Amino acid sequence: MKFQYVPVLIAFGLGGLVAAVFVAAGMFLGPRRPSPVKEAAFECGNPPSGPAWGRFSVKFYLTAILFIVFDVEVVFMYPWAVLFRPLGVFGLVEMSVFVLVLTVGLVYVWRKGALEWD
Amino acid sequence: MPVTTAVFYLLAAVTLGSACGVAFGTNILYSAFALMGTFLGVAAIFVLLGADFLGVIQLFVYVGGILVLTLFAVMLTHRIDVQVSNRAVGRLPGLVVVGVVATWMIRVARAARWTEGQPGPPAATTAGIGDAFLGTYVLPFEVASVVLLAALIGAIVVSRKEVKG
Repeated sequence: MKFQYVPVLIAFGLGGLVAAVFVAAGMFLGPRRPSPVKEAAFECGNPPSGPAWGRFSVKFYLTAILFIVFDVEVVFMYPWAVLFRPLGVFGLVEMSVFVLVLTVGLVYVWRKGALEWD
Repeated sequence: MPVTTAVFYLLAAVTLGSACGVAFGTNILYSAFALMGTFLGVAAIFVLLGADFLGVIQLFVYVGGILVLTLFAVMLTHRIDVQVSNRAVGRLPGLVVVGVVATWMIRVARAARWTEGQPGPPAATTAGIGDAFLGTYVLPFEVASVVLLAALIGAIVVSRKEVKG
């Protein structure tokens, strides 16, 4: 097992190195001619409007937590998928109960209108 | 020093360094970003220990989910526009809490019996985890779905105004 994931480590290391080299090259080699426009925060090419640290709408939070809940649900499905055949009907029933409970949540969320953005 | 040990200490340094960044940062947004280093370090240690499934899940759920959630939660609050947003709560209470927890953890670590793992090709861990979830620990597994349901309903109740219809 020791060296099985060394390629992953090397890939991470190389990725970090490339990023560091590019940033450093820009810092040392690039000319520096600052102007007020260049100093401004970049906002998709438009003149920036409002502070960069504005408050977010709570809708983002709600969307994120919905994502996590169903993300975790899928995570629990992986081990079941691996053992699908040996577990047979018993596993299917167990997983159905699990999914059913979360489906209740999904229906609740849907009925409350939390899936609508407005 | 064997390579594995060196890698472990490297990962431990990344994890603890990022954790220090979280704890000592004065800007709460940077603290939240430093948390990413901690999560990544823990995921890498899982992989190093041969728990590849757990490592990937750590990456998926914590780095991909919980961290984003934390950032949103930070951005929701209106206190972030002050310069020092991550204010200290005082050194003495902090020292007391850290001291108690550290003493307890060291005692547990010393009391535990440490055994050396068998070197060799790693077995796939996913099947073992599935066996535990759907066999031995089936009740906690089903309760987990109720916990998730509670999180879902709680988020709706806290964040959403009632809509008609």
